[in-house]
Amino acid sequence: MNSVERLVHMANQIATNLATDAAPVAAVADHIQTFWDPRMKKMIFAHGTDGLSPVAAAAISLLADAQNGS
Amino acid sequence: MTYQPQKDFGTPESRSDEAVSLTIDGREVTVPAGTSVMRAAAEQGTSIPKLCATDSVKSYGSCRLCLVEIDGRRGTPASCTTPVEPGMVVRTQTPQLAKLRKGVMELYISDHPLDCLTCAANGDCELQDQAGAVGLRDVRYDVQATHLGQEKDHSNPYFDFDPSKCIACSRCIRACDEVQGTLALTMESRGWDSKISAGLASDNFLGSECVSCGACVQACPTATLVEKKVVEVGTPERSVVTTCAYCGVGCTFRAEMRGEQLVRMVPYKDGKANRGHSCVKGRFAWGYAQHQERILKPMIRKSISDPWREVEWDEAFAYTASELKRISDKYGRNALGGITSSRCTNEETFLVQKLVRAGFGNNNVDTCARVCHSPTGYGLKTTFGTSAGTQDFDSVEDSDVILIIGANPTDGHPVFASRMKRRLRGQDGRPGAKLIVIDPRRTDIVRSPHIEAQHHLPLRPGTNVAALTAMAHVIVTEGLANEAFIRERCDWDEYSHWAEFVSQARNSPENLQPVTLVDAEELRAAARLYATGGNGAIYYGLGVTEHSQGSSTVMAIANLAMATGNIGRRGVGVNPLRGQNNVQGACDMGSFPHELAGYRHISDNDARSLFENDWGVTLDPEPGLRIPNMLDAAVDGVFKALYCQGEDILQSDPNTAHVSAGLAAMECVIVHDLFLNETANYAHIFLPGSTFLEKNGTFTNAERRIQPVRKVMTPMNGLEDWEVTQKLAQAMGLDWNYSHPSEIMDEIARLTPTFAGVSFARLEEAGSLQWPVNADAPDGSPIMHIDGFVRGKGKFVVTDYVPTDEKTGPRFPLLLTTGRILSHYNVGAQTRRTENVAWHPEDLLEIHPVDAEDRGVKSGDWVKLASRAGETTLRANVTDRVAPGVVYTTFHHAVTQANVVTTDYSDWATNCPEYKVTAVQISASNGPTEWQEEYEALSARSRRVETGIAAE
Ligand code: SF4
Ligand code: SF4
Ligand code: SF4
Ligand code: FES
Repeated sequence: MNSVERLVHMANQIATNLATDAAPVAAVADHIQTFWDPRMKKMIFAHGTDGLSPVAAAAISLLADAQNGS
Repeated sequence: MTYQPQKDFGTPESRSDEAVSLTIDGREVTVPAGTSVMRAAAEQGTSIPKLCATDSVKSYGSCRLCLVEIDGRRGTPASCTTPVEPGMVVRTQTPQLAKLRKGVMELYISDHPLDCLTCAANGDCELQDQAGAVGLRDVRYDVQATHLGQEKDHSNPYFDFDPSKCIACSRCIRACDEVQGTLALTMESRGWDSKISAGLASDNFLGSECVSCGACVQACPTATLVEKKVVEVGTPERSVVTTCAYCGVGCTFRAEMRGEQLVRMVPYKDGKANRGHSCVKGRFAWGYAQHQERILKPMIRKSISDPWREVEWDEAFAYTASELKRISDKYGRNALGGITSSRCTNEETFLVQKLVRAGFGNNNVDTCARVCHSPTGYGLKTTFGTSAGTQDFDSVEDSDVILIIGANPTDGHPVFASRMKRRLRGQDGRPGAKLIVIDPRRTDIVRSPHIEAQHHLPLRPGTNVAALTAMAHVIVTEGLANEAFIRERCDWDEYSHWAEFVSQARNSPENLQPVTLVDAEELRAAARLYATGGNGAIYYGLGVTEHSQGSSTVMAIANLAMATGNIGRRGVGVNPLRGQNNVQGACDMGSFPHELAGYRHISDNDARSLFENDWGVTLDPEPGLRIPNMLDAAVDGVFKALYCQGEDILQSDPNTAHVSAGLAAMECVIVHDLFLNETANYAHIFLPGSTFLEKNGTFTNAERRIQPVRKVMTPMNGLEDWEVTQKLAQAMGLDWNYSHPSEIMDEIARLTPTFAGVSFARLEEAGSLQWPVNADAPDGSPIMHIDGFVRGKGKFVVTDYVPTDEKTGPRFPLLLTTGRILSHYNVGAQTRRTENVAWHPEDLLEIHPVDAEDRGVKSGDWVKLASRAGETTLRANVTDRVAPGVVYTTFHHAVTQANVVTTDYSDWATNCPEYKVTAVQISASNGPTEWQEEYEALSARSRRVETGIAAE
């Protein structure tokens, strides 16, 4: 696994484990915001949603939008 | 301080609340009911002669030296077996008693070699002292021939057994039975022929069940059982109280010294974590501190293919600072990072993270707790509001049901295991606690002398969450949840949501049995026992955290405890057993890249500005890189410099090939350690470290207990570790001027609310303190969440079982799980450099007889262990301790490097590696793999020092 593949794997893993949360997309976005360093976030934003589960993809888009908006 | 043995009150303390007053030698004394006359006298300062009694074990009444006269009683009762009574009048010294005692002593001495002057215990022998105390001047009997001149047993590497000197007092047997709980010793035959034996007559100490805890040596009143070091060096002349630097139990010791030479480590009776007990590591395995392979001078080299060059400290600091500056200028400040160690003190750890945040200018700091207990941090913080165990160790005395999951306390946390076993065996008519063990292996505690687990659930590795959810299913659907507790203390809606989830049919034990391989009826019975058996306490270890669902498992444990109301009082709770000595402290001190000291997120403006104002810098509000992320970034070419204090990531972290690729891609790897460890093969700068005997500071154990570490000798490398970090910071232009670690602790206290009341002065006074220590709890907090959870309402979190991505298949049909053994510590860098290798000279692969037979493997054969990540060879040990389909090994030896085969799958929430589950295949082999041979060559090459002497 190279670094981007690993990030995709991690994001999907987080999404699977937070699937039972009341608001999974927000929970995944919050988790990534809290624990990933800026470069990791930048890398996955640049990578896009390829290979991401729907919840992970939505969370990444949510974060990317927030980042661009601010 | 001149040498004083620790005071011996003769019999154990009574815990009764009832007070009894009596008169001893004309003076009144008040003691708790149940106290012996001997102890009451000792508390008042009167010492009654004694031989067979000592306060670590129950009295036995065999030597008849401690006789006293009591008004209104006939004869002369033994004071060690006579409990006090109100109004009793006792005399300890009368002519009649003196005569009787002299007679007893005379018999003992007639059967004892009179070589006191050349005896190792001369001056520290109770027999000698008592002979003096009773005024024995001559011996009328012939020296008995039966008992003297017997062969000594030198087999144990740390202590000798000389049966000729034995007075058959049985203190050693009782210490082994009651304190250690191994029951290794017996008395053979009776009367003057009686002899202590370690198991069978043919057994010596090394070959017996003995685990070398040393409790018998400490209990022995003569030189029969004596430390080899005392024989070699002589008796100590002073002592300093300090804390063990090995595991998270955090035993307190007296370092007993002769000049600057350590003679022995003796567990300290007033130590609140260990209560006078120890294990083989802390008591005996400190020889590494003076090992010839210790590096004492800083060394540098341009490239890892060059030999090392020794330099002076000044040059080392200047060079290191210039390298860090060069890299920061060239690649940007985020190319730098640091790793703190769970082996170092709180003060040292705090400085390393401060150096990274304030000096490097980023948050790329992590700790080796990443690879062990980071899921505890996440899980307990989410559910309870703080990242720590809820109890003190004493609490186990009030437990009725003990649930151990993914922990092997007799090997990993031996002294706490002894206390746990004492509770499990029951005492003084009180029945023992019940035991549930959830572990793929049949660990020693499942069945040991006088202990048998009610339920052992040998689950398939990687299915903890499924097993715990099934237990929750039973508790909720059978109406065993403690709703009153939940309504009062937890968020009811969250509970309802969770209860509904666990109640689903798909989460029943029967439905999950094919996943966990745990018998559904057995699991139901275990769940009922935990929920209804009285005070239920959960203890867990790395078998919980080191999984892809490590954090979920911690939360599932917390859910169970809340659902049954087992939180917030003695005897209950959720207790992570920490691997290394200061895992708790390393986490508390802000070593994680997203958190400042006291678990406050770096993006929290209030917390951050507190630090910014104190340090006079601006901090980055974004979290930094975790260890695995650092390695990824290094492979990507953007992470270039690492300061690694007291940690050997190449050996301890998973997927060695990936770790070495990351390290090899860096331009400046700084290793700050005692030895040229495996990581140092890839290092450019080596800063020699100091041992725990050579520095001041504090460690925090698994009970949140902050304990002093005291310097007993001058650092051989010249500097304490905190000084090394400070001088590096100064070379980088930071204005740091700590003159003592106490000043670092003052800064920690100033910036961390849970440490507000901690200072070296307070620790000196109290001995130790359990955080939180603040205005609400000035003397610390033995038990947490008493009136409410730290976060307010306890939070139930739904934890759905997600199978790991590491799958078995035709190529890799077995599951490998890893662990540790009593005699070794972590990567073994320290214990491999002690006599502890006598017990565990190599890592072995445990494999079930059926799997072994399928592959034609016998015990002792070399086998190849291969996974998708890599392969290694080691020898097999065929045993049914592991279930079919599961194999097990330890990771203490660099030549085996079990982590060559572990993968880089990790916990979803924290990236804690999944050490406990790797799909593997085993096949016969006739020697080391190519990788092992290449690595050995690399190590040899990489350890050359320019003076021409190889360092290892
Ligand atoms: S060293 Fe410990 S285990 Fe061994 S015999 Fe003595 S008390 Fe028992
Ligand atoms: S070995 Fe020591 S403690 Fe054990 S019976 Fe003999 S004298 Fe007593
Ligand atoms: S290694 Fe652990 S149990 Fe053993 S003496 Fe040290 S702190 Fe105590
Ligand atoms: S000390 Fe009391 S009988 Fe030995």
